[in-house]
Amino acid sequence: MLTLQNVAFKYETSQPFDIPDIHLDAGGELLILGKSGSGKTTILNIIAGLLQPQKGTVTVNGVDLYSLSGSKLDKFRGSNIGIIFQKPHILSALSVEENLKIANYFVSGKGDQNEQILKNLGIWEKRKQRVQTLSEGEAQRVSIARALANQPKLILADEPTASLDDENAAKVIKLLQHQASQFQAALVIVTHDQRVKNHIANQLTVGGAR
Amino acid sequence: MNLLKLSWKYLIAKPLSTTLNILLLALGLAIITVLILVQDQFEKKMTKDAEGVDLVVGAKGSPLQLILSSVYHIDFPTGNIDMAEAKSIANNRLVKNTIPLGLGDNYSGYRIVGTNYDYIELYNAEVGEGTLWEVPFEVVLGAEVAQKLNLKVGDNFIGSHGIGASSHAHDEHPYTITGILKPMGNVLDKLVLTSMESVWYTHDEDHDHDKFTQTVAKRGFPETDEDREITSMLVQYRNPMAAVQLPRFINSRSSLQAASPAFEISRLFELLGFGVKLIQGLAVIIIVIAGLGIFIALFNSLKERKYDLAVMRTLGASSGQLFIHIVLEGVILTFLGAVTGIVIGHGFLFALVAQNDQGALSTLSAMVFLPEELWIIVYALVVGVLASLIPAWNAYQTDIAKQLTKS
Repeated sequence: MLTLQNVAFKYETSQPFDIPDIHLDAGGELLILGKSGSGKTTILNIIAGLLQPQKGTVTVNGVDLYSLSGSKLDKFRGSNIGIIFQKPHILSALSVEENLKIANYFVSGKGDQNEQILKNLGIWEKRKQRVQTLSEGEAQRVSIARALANQPKLILADEPTASLDDENAAKVIKLLQHQASQFQAALVIVTHDQRVKNHIANQLTVGGAR
Repeated sequence: MNLLKLSWKYLIAKPLSTTLNILLLALGLAIITVLILVQDQFEKKMTKDAEGVDLVVGAKGSPLQLILSSVYHIDFPTGNIDMAEAKSIANNRLVKNTIPLGLGDNYSGYRIVGTNYDYIELYNAEVGEGTLWEVPFEVVLGAEVAQKLNLKVGDNFIGSHGIGASSHAHDEHPYTITGILKPMGNVLDKLVLTSMESVWYTHDEDHDHDKFTQTVAKRGFPETDEDREITSMLVQYRNPMAAVQLPRFINSRSSLQAASPAFEISRLFELLGFGVKLIQGLAVIIIVIAGLGIFIALFNSLKERKYDLAVMRTLGASSGQLFIHIVLEGVILTFLGAVTGIVIGHGFLFALVAQNDQGALSTLSAMVFLPEELWIIVYALVVGVLASLIPAWNAYQTDIAKQLTKS
């Protein structure tokens, strides 16, 4: 499902990041741990097709990501990869439901799972509301719902628990695992949060700049 | 969900700034709309009313005033001329036909014009109700006069001296309405037409009541032994040579003045042109400011929305789609501005016409839509695209990874 091979990346002035080879099957889980500045978000961006590495290949669902150009990569990302950010980043002008619909629109998806997803995450009743009226936890769930709107093959989560207490952090991780398994998607979580360790066995620690 | 709806959602998320920008643009475009409407209708009306009149002969004075008073009935007459002198010009071989006019009285602000049947035929007017006048003090009303003053055939009224309402009344001789013209859409609608003799007899000091029952002249000048005056005379040329010779002949030789409606009206538009240009300039400045306002609004909102845009990219939006998303916002704004502007323009003109039911403005209609107004929408859309190009380009270039990691 996801393969990273010989990937190398460095920002212009800094040391290259240490990026290990990764192989993950459909339905597999991976936790990437590391301190702040260790380059774990950079790895996530590379996997998500947002940041082109200087070298190496990233393969998602059998497609070499960086061989796709421009809008093709955008469409591929939209339909195959769901990204959950540290902050919810709900599109502020749209309602909860419209946030999912716009994700469907960009990849010409039908969005026939939207209702089920919103119900699973317990925010179906809030579908007409704007993000300003939601609590932090609800907003987080909306961002998860939106990442799932196009039934991605790969779910990426960047520090999804950073601003949550122990109880809610555990809930969110459970939720992500549950949703990923429901869609048979691979799940990659990037975090420095030690609490997540207990939930995912397949772990990888990145050490930061060499 | 589509891009149009997405742009619309972002616009209504900021109702105040959106409304302000739409109104500002609408104001500029409303001014342009009014100018276009007024200019077009004025020119059309002016040309229509002057059709068939090659030359106006009247007392010395301002030639423009002579035209305005004798053809359009909006200014004061320049004075009276001797009928004998007018007749001698009417007999000139260059003249095909003449129509005498006697002005100076009004009823409730509507001008009473002493003339003959030729004047009615000049405009191909038809009597809708009743008949034309036969004896002195019989009048035929223009359609609008009858309607506004609620007068019918057989009614009587007393004219007053001067051309504005509430002047000194001629209380001795009431006029009798014998007919009402069909609506013509020209100057006749606002006139009270009668015979030359009626106008004379109203102003006579001593009254010879025998004359009041004699039939009036229906063509040409009335037959009379007395020294009589008329206000002016409309002249049709016999041939193109007359256009060269006749005005010069009249202006140099006699105590009369000749003025050409076509020439004077083009001179008037030239004079007005400066004012029109000034207002146009103002409107253009307002539109430019509105464009800048839209630019600044989009540019500022973009700063707050960089994150949203980056998120859209992760959801599968291409940079081209983001470009269109921003341009659409500018285009929706300006389209609404254009439509609002056209509505305000027509509304303003409607209010203006409703307030001036007798002046020069009253002949205008707010319910006329011109093809030029479609161009207003096109111009507005161009403004929208121009104002949103730079913000849209910024959106196009959003670096997603950098934007998302920058929290």
